[in-house]
Amino acid sequence: MSSAEKYDAAFIETFLLEPKDLAALKYQEVESWDSVGHMALIAALEEAFAIELDIDDIIEFSSYEAGKAILSKYDVKIEPV
Amino acid sequence: MTGLDPTFWLDQPPFAMDAEAKAAALTQTMNALTEWHRQHCPAYARILDVATDADGPVQTLAQVPFIPVRLFKEMDLRSVPEDQVFKTMTSSGTSGQQVSRIFLDRETSALQTKILSRIMGEVIGRKRLPMLVIDSPSVLKDRNAFSARGAGILGFSMFGQNVTYALDDKMNLDLPAIEAFLDRHAGQPVFLFGFTFMIWQHFYKPLQALGQRLAIDQGVLLHGGGWKKLQDEAVSSRDFRATLQDCAGIDRVVNYYGMVEQTGSIFLECEEGFLHAPAYADVIVRDLGDFSTLPPGETGLVEVLSMIPRSYPGHALLTEDLGRIEGLDHCACGRRGTHFTIAGRVARAEVRGCSDTYEAAA
Repeated sequence: MSSAEKYDAAFIETFLLEPKDLAALKYQEVESWDSVGHMALIAALEEAFAIELDIDDIIEFSSYEAGKAILSKYDVKIEPV
Repeated sequence: MTGLDPTFWLDQPPFAMDAEAKAAALTQTMNALTEWHRQHCPAYARILDVATDADGPVQTLAQVPFIPVRLFKEMDLRSVPEDQVFKTMTSSGTSGQQVSRIFLDRETSALQTKILSRIMGEVIGRKRLPMLVIDSPSVLKDRNAFSARGAGILGFSMFGQNVTYALDDKMNLDLPAIEAFLDRHAGQPVFLFGFTFMIWQHFYKPLQALGQRLAIDQGVLLHGGGWKKLQDEAVSSRDFRATLQDCAGIDRVVNYYGMVEQTGSIFLECEEGFLHAPAYADVIVRDLGDFSTLPPGETGLVEVLSMIPRSYPGHALLTEDLGRIEGLDHCACGRRGTHFTIAGRVARAEVRGCSDTYEAAA
C-alpha cells in the first residue's frame, strides 16, 4: 500500500466513511470524528506509519488535509495515488 | 504585554515564573478576559454591574472580579454565539444535584489541551507514554453524554499510548489485562491515571484482598477528583502514596486539584505535599465572612484564576473548597509559584468531584 492509501484507510476504517467523503473532512463535522474517534484515528495512523505524534500535533490535526502537512514532519509523504 | 493572545503563556514553562512577574502578566490577561466576557456575555455583564464597583482594569489579581462556581449550575453563561459551542461539559454531581454546564468552542477546547500538555510535561516528560487507566471503559460508552469522569479520562488519554483499562465493565480488577500491559511495556516508563477513590476502592483493595503485589516500578500515577471519601476512611495523601508504592511498586504518585470549570490549568502536588499553581493559573484564599484576601497560613475559601476560559466567563471563580496558601516561590521542591493545600469543603456545599460523587456498589 502507498502512503496515500494507508492514510485514507485509517480514516475510512476508523470513521466508517466512503473515500469520496475524505477530502473535505474536518474534526467534529461527522459524528464518528469526535474526541474519542480522534484518539482512535491517531492510534491507527501511528500504527500504519510506525510513528509517534507529539501532543501539539495531535491537537492541530483538525482535518484530513491538515493531517497531511502534520505527517510530513514525521517524514511521511502523502502523495496522490 | 499579555492580553487575550495566549502565545506568551504557551511559551512559559509551568513552574519557573517568579511571583511578581507572574502576577503582573496574569493580571493583564485577567483584565482582558474580564472585558471580553463583559462584552460577550450579557448575563456576566449584569453580574459585574451589580457586584463590583470597578468597571475598568484592576491592579492586582485579588481585585479581579470573581463569580461563585455555583452560578454555572444556575444559569447558562456563554461568551460565544450558541452555534460556536461544540462541546458542553457538565460537572460531576451525585444524583439529584444540579450540574454545572460549561460551554466550549474550538479555541477554548484546544487551549485547554495545550496548557494541560505543558503541565503534563512535568509529570511524564515530553513523550507520550503507554497508559493504564484505572477505571472501566464503560464510562466512555455513551459518546454523546460523557460524565465529567469520562471527559477527564479522555482528556488525559491524549498523553497516553496503547491506552489500556485496568478495570472491566463491572469495575472489577482485570488482572490479565494489567499483566499483559506490563509485559508489553516491561522496562519502559508507563503512565497511570485514575480518580483517587476509584484507585483505592477498585485497584488497591482488590490487590490487597488477593494478596497480590504488582511491580510497576517505572510507573507514574496521576490521580485527582477529590479526597472526601478517603478522608472519611482517614487516608491521607501520604498514606495513599505509601500504599500505592507498597501494592503496585509505583514510586511516583502525583495528586492534582482541578475542576471541570477550569479544565486544563490543573494544580499538581509536589514531593513536599503542596499543590502548586502553574504559570497559567493562580489561587487566592478568601475570608468566609467578607471575602477579603487572607494571608498565607490562614484557611478560607479558595478562588481559582485561569487564563484559559474564553467561551464562558470562568477565568476567576470562587470555589466551595477550603484551603490555605502555604507559600510563594519558596517551596523546598524548587518549583516556583503559589503553593497551597486543600482542607476540605465548606459545610452544606454540594458533594462534587469525580472521585467523591462515585457511589461504590456495597
